[in-house]
Amino acid sequence: MDPYVRMCSALDRQLTADARGWLTDAVARVGRDPAAVRSAFPAAGRRCGRGPLVDGWTVADAARARLLTALPLRGAALAAEITALHRYGDAAEQRAVLRSLALLEDADASFADRGVPLVREALRGNDTDLIEAALGSYGARHLDHDAYRHAVLKCVFCDIPLDRVAVLAERADHELARMLADFAHERVAAGRDVPADVWPLLRAHPGTLEASGLPAETRSAVPDRRAAALRALDAYAATPTSPAGAA
Amino acid sequence: MRIFDPHIHMTSRTTDDYEAMYAAGVRALVEPSFWLGQPRTSVDSFTDYFDALLGWEPFRAAQFGIQHFCTVALNPKEANDPRCAGVLDVLPRYLAKDRVVAVGEIGYDSMTPEEDDALARQLELAVEHDLPVLVHTPHRDKAVGTRRTLDVVRESGIAPERVLVDHLNELTVAMVADSGCWTGFSIYPHTKMSEDRMVRILQEHGTARMLVNSAADWGRSDPLKTRRTADAMLAAGFDDDSVDQVMWRNPVAFYGQSGRLDLEDAAPDDAGLYEGNSIERGGE
Repeated sequence: MDPYVRMCSALDRQLTADARGWLTDAVARVGRDPAAVRSAFPAAGRRCGRGPLVDGWTVADAARARLLTALPLRGAALAAEITALHRYGDAAEQRAVLRSLALLEDADASFADRGVPLVREALRGNDTDLIEAALGSYGARHLDHDAYRHAVLKCVFCDIPLDRVAVLAERADHELARMLADFAHERVAAGRDVPADVWPLLRAHPGTLEASGLPAETRSAVPDRRAAALRALDAYAATPTSPAGAA
Repeated sequence: MRIFDPHIHMTSRTTDDYEAMYAAGVRALVEPSFWLGQPRTSVDSFTDYFDALLGWEPFRAAQFGIQHFCTVALNPKEANDPRCAGVLDVLPRYLAKDRVVAVGEIGYDSMTPEEDDALARQLELAVEHDLPVLVHTPHRDKAVGTRRTLDVVRESGIAPERVLVDHLNELTVAMVADSGCWTGFSIYPHTKMSEDRMVRILQEHGTARMLVNSAADWGRSDPLKTRRTADAMLAAGFDDDSVDQVMWRNPVAFYGQSGRLDLEDAAPDDAGLYEGNSIERGGE
């Protein structure tokens, strides 16, 4: 089933009668008058609920996505309205905007890359929820190689599981593997462990780990560094060759 | 003792204040938007401030076990500056937010035509967004300003029980009480109202629809004036129930009319992050 359809049917099942009535009415109002979204969008969590739904969406995310897809606007006008919602939105509202970008582009090709500045803003911040939302399929489609690689590296630093990053297996390239190998080396040199989801990406690019300074850490004069290096190499060796889970 | 400070500008206060307020019994508060002591020169300056009232400040308060709500508005002083009048256009976005429990502070400062216009338009917005309003009364020519405020409120058609008229004193309390609006009193160290005068007003006018606040801000003020007034009430012979009514149930009843006063049992949580940032300083 199409993820948007799955989300909408899950939302319809979960909403109370009152909430469903409010959302139906709000969607109709937004369809008639786009400016109505400015009051409906912030209120969606209070009116519909904030709990989890499906595929990482919350009820509020899904209700807000419905409001955005109801906007009778295209291209630059659509981008201006959602950019303002993002600007005046709290973290939950910004998250819903970011998660909806791919839906907006699917419905209106002329929306194109007009949401990229919002993705980049989230990636500059420290809110892991927003970073994750920014790295959905829209971010994966539009970020250039450099920005995408740095975003993935930021996830590793912020402990965001890499299986949350859209189309990682396809977009991960040799240069990203090189950056992650250097990151793994840094961690080992500090006597620390390396997050497990780094290994499949290194496995997919044979030679990158070997080319980093990590293996030499097994001969370090510092016992903590030697031990961390041995643990890292064991974890790498135990990882299957085909990258799993990075869908 | 549980205390709800219905008017305090925490943006201007320190974490020591939050600690002392929690220790004194403060568990919830409302921070009305107001001016910053020096003029703002653009609408963006307001929106950054509103964002802080809805974002960073409730996060900070929660670290100390205090629930933070706010009111947003174009304040009367800055309503006179044409560079700031555009705030009214962006206000509807903020009036839809979860933690906004009233439109405020609105009202008069110097009673200019621009203030008339901003007051009337914001009373309309309150009706439209189904929110109560917090009305500031002027420091100068207070009795005339208060009377005129009550006239404008009456003409707007908003229900008086959805209006809190603040910064009252011995000379303005009766006309506001007679209007059906809620009456608010700001207890200050040297000006406005003292805790002993407040106790005399409560003895004379009763405790119904009475709210007491510290209005503490960046000036000489005391965020514990709510507790000191509660203690003065007890010393004057009021019972615990009357103190609880004034210090907790009245503000809860007034702001609860917004439908957004989502009070829950909160415990201090100093391990949190807001947008990935913490209130810790000097390392991890």
